[in-house]
Amino acid sequence: MQNTHTDFETQFERKIDAEEKIEPKDWMPEAYRKNLVRQISQHAHSEVIGMQPEGNWLTRAPSLKRKCILLAKIQDEGGHGLYLYSAAETLGVTREELVEALHEGRAKYASIFNYPAVTWADIGAIGWLVDGAAIVNQISLQRTSYGPYARAMVRICKEESFHQRQGYEIMVKLAEGNAAQKAMAQDAMERWWWPSLMMFGPHDAESAHSAQSMLWKIKRQSNDNLRQKFVDQTVPQAEAIGLTIPDKDLKWNEARGHYDFGDIDWDEFNRVVSGNGPCNRQRLQHHVKAHEDGAWVRDAMSAYAARQQPNA
Amino acid sequence: MSEQIDTNNADTLARFAIRLGDDALILGQRLCEWSSNAPTLEEDLALSNVALDFLGRARMLYGYATQIRGGSEDELAFTRDERQYENLLLVELPRGDFAYTMLRQYLLDAFEDLYFAALTQSTDPTLAAVAAKTVKEVDYHLRRSTDWIRRLGLGTEESHQRLQNATDELWGYVDELFETDTLEQGLIKQNIAVDRADLQTAWCKRVTELLSASNISVPETPWQVSGGRRGLHTEHLGHLLSEMQYMQRAHPGQQW
Ligand SMILES: [Fe+2]
Ligand SMILES: [Fe+2]
Repeated sequence: MQNTHTDFETQFERKIDAEEKIEPKDWMPEAYRKNLVRQISQHAHSEVIGMQPEGNWLTRAPSLKRKCILLAKIQDEGGHGLYLYSAAETLGVTREELVEALHEGRAKYASIFNYPAVTWADIGAIGWLVDGAAIVNQISLQRTSYGPYARAMVRICKEESFHQRQGYEIMVKLAEGNAAQKAMAQDAMERWWWPSLMMFGPHDAESAHSAQSMLWKIKRQSNDNLRQKFVDQTVPQAEAIGLTIPDKDLKWNEARGHYDFGDIDWDEFNRVVSGNGPCNRQRLQHHVKAHEDGAWVRDAMSAYAARQQPNA
Repeated sequence: MSEQIDTNNADTLARFAIRLGDDALILGQRLCEWSSNAPTLEEDLALSNVALDFLGRARMLYGYATQIRGGSEDELAFTRDERQYENLLLVELPRGDFAYTMLRQYLLDAFEDLYFAALTQSTDPTLAAVAAKTVKEVDYHLRRSTDWIRRLGLGTEESHQRLQNATDELWGYVDELFETDTLEQGLIKQNIAVDRADLQTAWCKRVTELLSASNISVPETPWQVSGGRRGLHTEHLGHLLSEMQYMQRAHPGQQW
């Protein structure tokens, strides 16, 4: 094969170098497009599947105020799913195809949602830690090279910071509460800490898509960098409310200006990613069931719409 | 003795606010059950919007009741038993399928559209203000549920059949919308509450017109159940409450 550059390729590379956004009508390498479809759809599915663990507490939220905040939060996540599906659709795929890929196990979603939300404190921990980790990643993605994805991230980041604050507020209330509430908060901290760190993915050296994504500026910062940022911002928040982070190696490193922390249990990470988390089957089955239960409604919608067309 | 009368009146007013709040809370709770279960993602978000309106309305009304007689909105929501709840039976019924949920919503939206419009004229300024805010929300709810009745009624054979089944199942709960007990009668005399019976003709006309335009027949056998306003509920309410109240019952008196 000769390594000849077309004008299109040169143009594409110039834009990437100049930090200009690639737009849907621009020429792009097929591998760039595929990489984006994979990443954006995975991101969209994560928003939507993430509605389930939080929804598990919607009907049991401990106060009316918390119920309303949680419902609005879950609704925001669904909205994020919509923006992201739309961003993916600009790359020539349909939402139906993406959902089908999810149902057939060809598309992934964030593995963190394969853990169960078993207590109310988990709702606090999810908002504080899971949304907190998501924000760190999404802030960096505001500068991603694909225009529609970058713009979706800007909208999403605005809402995510509310989620993180509200989650932390739940933890604050529990930490100020009685012994049972404090224990609930600490237990959630212990169960969600490591999975939150895993959200940033494998070490840079082992990350399958990382290197190419960085070159194309789809990804702007490495997994390890982002993870460090999250640890640095979260440790003082945990300390402020008297929660203990379950990591004996965690300590401030004056020389680095960062916290040192222990290594992730990568066996656990791989186990959950490959389908052996506590809720993998449940999450997918729930999504499939809602989709199948709704088929007759969607059929009615299209039948009715077809009738409303004049001369149809 | 005039103080005695005022106290009684205040208590009546608080109870009235609480029962309207109960209607809103219980339906809001039912609508929450649709989260991540709706037929489309768009509809999931729309149902959440409606649920948020109902929960917000419950909080306004409970807030008014607690202004009158102390306590907190959470005490009202989470520490009362089945017999103390005074919501309409219609709102406590399990969510059923999407046709059932939308028909219930439509029957209630069509009623609330008339009811809250009239309640904006209440001589009680707080209730009038709550009604004014609610009217705008109901306008959106009613437009949505009206659209869905048409779509489902005229969509496919299956959607039509499901909507017809829902109508057959729910029709017996509508009379309760128009019942007035002595508590409300007292408030009606002072132009604080709205006489529900006055709304029945307009409601019937509107609802039967839409249903027949959507090929749905209104059941002719006159069966009707009521009792919510007397705290006599279906067996479903207890389960709804035990789920909703679990945290406050397990950890009484804590802050969240
Ligand atoms: Fe989100
Ligand atoms: Fe979020």
